[in-house]
Amino acid sequence: MALIKCLNASRGVLRSVGARYLSATSQKHAPTEMYVRDALNSAMDEEMNRDDTVFLMGEEVAQYDGAYKVSRGLWRKYGDQRVIDTPITESGFAGMAVGAAMAGLRPICEFMTFNFSMQAIDQVINSAAKSHYMSGGMVTVPVVFRGPNGAAAGVAAQHSQCFAAWYGHCPGLKVVSPFNSEDCRGLLKAAIRDPNPVVFLENELMYGTAFPVSDEAMSEDFLIEIGKAKVERVGKHVTLVSHSRPVGQCLEAAEQLASEGIDCEVINLRSIRPLDIETVQQSVMKTNHLISVEGGWPMFGIGSEVCAQIMEGPAFDYLDAPAIRVTGADIPMPYAQVLEDGALPGVKDIILSVKKTLHIQPITESA
Amino acid sequence: MFFQPLGIRTYSAEATFPIKPIDTHKLENSPATEVQINKDDAISYYTKMQIIRRMELKADQLYKQKIIRGFCHLYDGQEACCAGIEASLTPKDDVITAYRAHGWAFIRGVPVCNILAELFGRKLGCAKGKGGSMHMYSKNFYGGNGIVGAQVPLGAGIAFAHKYRNSDTVTVACYGDGAANQGQIFESFNMSQLWKLPAIFVCENNRYGMGTSVERASASTDYFTRGDYIPGLRVDGMDVLAVREATRFAKEYAVKEGPILMELVTYRYHGHSMSDPGTSYRTRDEVKEIRKNLDPIMSFRDKIISAGFVTKQDVATIDAEVKQHVENETAKALASTEPDFDQIASDIYVTDTPLSIRSCNIYNKLHHQPSV
Repeated sequence: MALIKCLNASRGVLRSVGARYLSATSQKHAPTEMYVRDALNSAMDEEMNRDDTVFLMGEEVAQYDGAYKVSRGLWRKYGDQRVIDTPITESGFAGMAVGAAMAGLRPICEFMTFNFSMQAIDQVINSAAKSHYMSGGMVTVPVVFRGPNGAAAGVAAQHSQCFAAWYGHCPGLKVVSPFNSEDCRGLLKAAIRDPNPVVFLENELMYGTAFPVSDEAMSEDFLIEIGKAKVERVGKHVTLVSHSRPVGQCLEAAEQLASEGIDCEVINLRSIRPLDIETVQQSVMKTNHLISVEGGWPMFGIGSEVCAQIMEGPAFDYLDAPAIRVTGADIPMPYAQVLEDGALPGVKDIILSVKKTLHIQPITESA
Repeated sequence: MFFQPLGIRTYSAEATFPIKPIDTHKLENSPATEVQINKDDAISYYTKMQIIRRMELKADQLYKQKIIRGFCHLYDGQEACCAGIEASLTPKDDVITAYRAHGWAFIRGVPVCNILAELFGRKLGCAKGKGGSMHMYSKNFYGGNGIVGAQVPLGAGIAFAHKYRNSDTVTVACYGDGAANQGQIFESFNMSQLWKLPAIFVCENNRYGMGTSVERASASTDYFTRGDYIPGLRVDGMDVLAVREATRFAKEYAVKEGPILMELVTYRYHGHSMSDPGTSYRTRDEVKEIRKNLDPIMSFRDKIISAGFVTKQDVATIDAEVKQHVENETAKALASTEPDFDQIASDIYVTDTPLSIRSCNIYNKLHHQPSV
């Protein structure tokens, strides 16, 4: 009895600490729960096992077990040939990943964070994204660029940018932004098997979060179709559309609002490009209200695109209020906690926006 | 592919030629100072270089007639570089270069008509008219790359794939004297050396990066030493036999030991591109001088005549046949039509299913055909 209590207590500790400091191999709280980190790890492990042209390269992915421990155990299992520590030279190694993909391998190129991908962005766009088209279909580039995207905690301006809109802008790329563990497993496996270049945007703050996963999701051939959104919560009063960690905030907001009789439908985009606007349209045609929620900056962002496409399509006529966006503040990320809290959207921003949109709080009142 | 000229009488089968000494960097051995060549190869190299020369001059003509648009970077003067390197490669070795790529595309197997048609933006183009001058590809030839220096990490990645598969082939990654200062090239050197990749990095030093001479762009113009810990060779890029021998040596090294750098000292007769007359930053006399004394095709012509492989008449016959060949290929390319408009949104993705793509307005959609 005492032993079980002890185990349960330690499980609580594990969950709150986010299992970041464990050195053991993959922690699957079998059979129904999985940390996001382990979802990513198991996806890569299974795909590397299945296809020996798949390999992982990036800074600290091998002997360090990954800067965020996402690739823990893979080097020990697959060795130097398949899991490769690169020097700190993003432009060079991203280009090498693209070249290796052109030559028929399937590299997974990790950026320690997507902020560093800016050094390599020419290779991602001009070499990876455009080559299939420029060659009239002759050259293929089956590369996956993955790593944490967007804000972490206290890492300040140069380490907190969201690149979903930047990469989502470019034809030739697929861009994916998973929310939970099941998303991570299915989408990463699909990305690795995809013959096109895929930008896979993870979220560092999610690595240590555990989610229930279905039995189906545990299968080695579990794939989630890239380009399809998921309705995470069915509702009838307002559509909240989001990607990555903010999906969780939408669900939290929905729970709080439910106790006030407001029923939110929450859509997890899962993919940025292709963008599944049809799912959003169908939802808006039911709820008549739309709010997009993202961590990235407001101008020219994901929400901008969603709203523009909704305006252009059949759902516009069903809107009872303007579609609006909840986004990161239009500022470089500050460091001080009190300021950082104001830089990223919180549950309160979502709730405020829902109430304003539904005219539950008059628009003329200030927040 | 390309024709074999007929009617050449046999005089002798093999000859030996000295080549200019090849400077080495961090190498214990060096390439030979004398090379052997047989008649068939001699005629082949001459013919191929002459085809490239005529093709590039044809492109010049057609650009001025506005049949070719946009960027057009010509290779005339540098023919010995691609012909010499190809002479020591197999079809399984890979090559990647920058945007001065027409000669390379040809030498790697793309027929003249498909190169010209691509320049004209026609269906018969090797990239279906979608790439243009800077984006021509073939089996084992990865273009044709527009961003200066970006092709070098790509080439290192291709070499990585060769090593991953334990093959005994090499990857040749070309760049120019202008690109030689790019950071990503040094990043590629570092990783290639660390991981002992079978890569031959080739600096085609034609002495000018656009309008900037090497002395005005590089603190060190000894490009063959710029690989630092990577051994290097400096070769006369106007001598196809020297380039062939250096490549033979380099390939042997790269497959066994790891990356090696080869600087080919060469020259381009045209300006940087067709928008550049090439006279504001260099003298006409300089160009004339090199054409007179160092032309790669003329000097090789003299060699093969002196070796007794061919007579002056034979060479004239080859030249006439090359000229006719390029004319024929030009006609074929001109006869090809522009791509069908419904191809505009295809080949963006590899896809089994058709995709709907946004056009410039919301009322008409473009269609992405499934991949063949």
